[in-house]
This record gives sequence, structure tokens and C-alpha cells, in this order.
Amino acid sequence: MSALHIINKPQSRGQALRSCLRLLQPGDALLLIEDGVYACTDTGENRLLWQNLPVEVGCHALRPDLDARGIALPLPTFALVDDDGFVALVCEHDKTLSWF
Amino acid sequence: MTDTSAPPSASHRRLTFISRRAPFGEDYPRACLDMVMAAAVFDQQVNYVFMDDGVHQLVSGQAPAAIGAKDLSAQFAALSLYGVENVFADRQSLLERGLENAVLSIPVDVIDNACLQRLIQDSDQVFVL
Amino acid sequence: MKITVVVHTAPWSHQASATALRFCQAALKAGHVIHRLFFYYDGVHNTSTLAVSAQDEIDIPAEWQRLIREHEIDTVACVSSALKRGILNDTEAARYERTASNLSPAAEISGLGQLIDATTHSDRVVNFGA
Repeated sequence: MSALHIINKPQSRGQALRSCLRLLQPGDALLLIEDGVYACTDTGENRLLWQNLPVEVGCHALRPDLDARGIALPLPTFALVDDDGFVALVCEHDKTLSWF
Repeated sequence: MTDTSAPPSASHRRLTFISRRAPFGEDYPRACLDMVMAAAVFDQQVNYVFMDDGVHQLVSGQAPAAIGAKDLSAQFAALSLYGVENVFADRQSLLERGLENAVLSIPVDVIDNACLQRLIQDSDQVFVL
Repeated sequence: MKITVVVHTAPWSHQASATALRFCQAALKAGHVIHRLFFYYDGVHNTSTLAVSAQDEIDIPAEWQRLIREHEIDTVACVSSALKRGILNDTEAARYERTASNLSPAAEISGLGQLIDATTHSDRVVNFGA
């Protein structure tokens, strides 16, 4: 059973992202939405943050939230999805955990 | 503790509730507890996990009357009466907050990261509040 | 798929309610069923008929009400959350001797049992909160 983990805050706001990351399992997926998309901007800190992920975790970010915030070049390891892709991710994984 | 890996029936799901917030500053701990109780009343297989600042809810010796707040620990004491036996505290969260030797208001199973991963994996739905 | 959506935040105060609205719209467009829409915690504010949105902003409660009506979505405002936040139907307003009721007719006030019931009958449950 795989899980989709949704993060809507950057790491500077509480521990949600950090706690989520240590519970990810191979086959899970992660989706950054809302202010969570700041976690995939191309910074040294963010590159460090994501480099210890299990390889088999799919990383995604919600495109409308990136566009809204003027984030043109997120980290390339993040697949960008629109709202229909968000729905598809929810359906693809057996359960969804929203970390807010 | 009930078997957390037992397969559910059609209307009995394995529901895990992860409570992550400190008591009193926000009402989310109460909101999570209410969900846990409702799940138990409706005969679901419930795991109740305290993680991150949520472990502060478990510390005994709180005096919420000082701020006009309700005492959650009184309701925690009733969890087993509602059939909620699987109550867990995340070890790393306790350690980070210097609570590894704290007196807790209710008995809990202290679990490590791998165990929490398994709980999540074996659950049909997980609510993180 | 049958999807239950739980909304924990008030409109405008946090983006989550708007995200949930877009998610529901996308899910319905893709042919999925929103089995139940459950407003919990501050999310009950999305069911108020008294909110007045700024003219240059999306009227989120009105958009919810439009979506609910158009797709006949079973919609619940959690009673304990609603009472605390002054979201009342006529019955509760009378019971508690309040001067007005404001719950959208598109929603019903009910308990967390409706959420648990929805959870057991849905393929997916998605929470939107802050």
C-alpha cells in the first residue's frame, strides 16, 4: 500500500516537512502544494534537504502554486502537475496524508 | 494492544490519527481527539499516535484551569473505555523535547520510526492533525 | 473513485479552502464522485451564507455552494465546529436562542460520525488544512 504525502508549508513553518520525510517509504509519492512549493526552489539548503530521499519516492509540485509565487525554475527532481494531476496522484496511491 | 495488521471488513477500517500539535495553543489536539473517539464509537480499528509537539499533550501535571482551558488528560483516561487501546508516542519526538523520562498521563507504547512507518502502511486512512 | 474531501480552514484566511475547491472541481471533471464534503474545524465557515467577499476576490463560499448544488454533493458542517464558530441552521439557532441562522441550505449540520461513515465508504479521503 503506497501513500501520497501532501505538504503545504515550507520547512521554515513547523516540522511538517521534516516529519513527513522520515516516514516516507519506497513507492510513496510527495506533493508540494500552496506554500509548500517553496521547498522545491533551487537553493543549496533545498538541494541538501532532498538528497537523502529514497530513490523510489516520486516528488511532485503543484504548478498553479509555483506560477502564483513566481517560481520559474524549481528543482528538476520535481515533476510539475496541474489540478488534474493532483487528482490522479490521489487516485494512484492507496491513501493520502496531508501534513499541515 | 489490538493487532494493527489484521485485515479490515467492509465497514471496519484501520484508521490512524496522528496528533502533532501542542495542547492549548490551538484547538487541533481536541479536534483530533474528537475524531479518534468518533472512530472508536463507530467501531473502527483505531491507532492514535502522538508525534512532534503532540507528545506535549501527554505530559502529566498540567493545570489548564490556569488559562481557562479544558483538561485533555481526563478524556485520554477514557480512551480505553471507548475501545481505543492502540495509543502510541513517537520516540524521536519525545527525545527531541526532553520527554523520554517524563511522567505521562496515560500509558502509551513508545514507538520508533520504523514502527510508525508500518502503522501508516497498514492503515486504510491516516489523518494528520 | 469515490472521494471524501475534508476541509479544515476558513475561506481566504488560508489557501487550503481554495485548493480544496479546485481539487473537487478537477476530480468531478475527471469523472470521480465526491462521496461527501465534510467541513471541520474552521472549515465550517465555508458554509456560511453571511460571508461577503471582496469584489476583486473569488467568493469562495458562493463557489462551494454552486459546486455542491450543481453536483448534488452530500455536504456536512460538523456540529461541534459549527456551533463554536456561530454557523447555525434554524434548529440550532432556536435551540441556543441565537438571533439568526446562517448555514447554507446546501449543507447539513451533523456529527463526526458522518466523517467516519464517509471514510469507510470512500476509496480516498483527502484533507485540506493549515
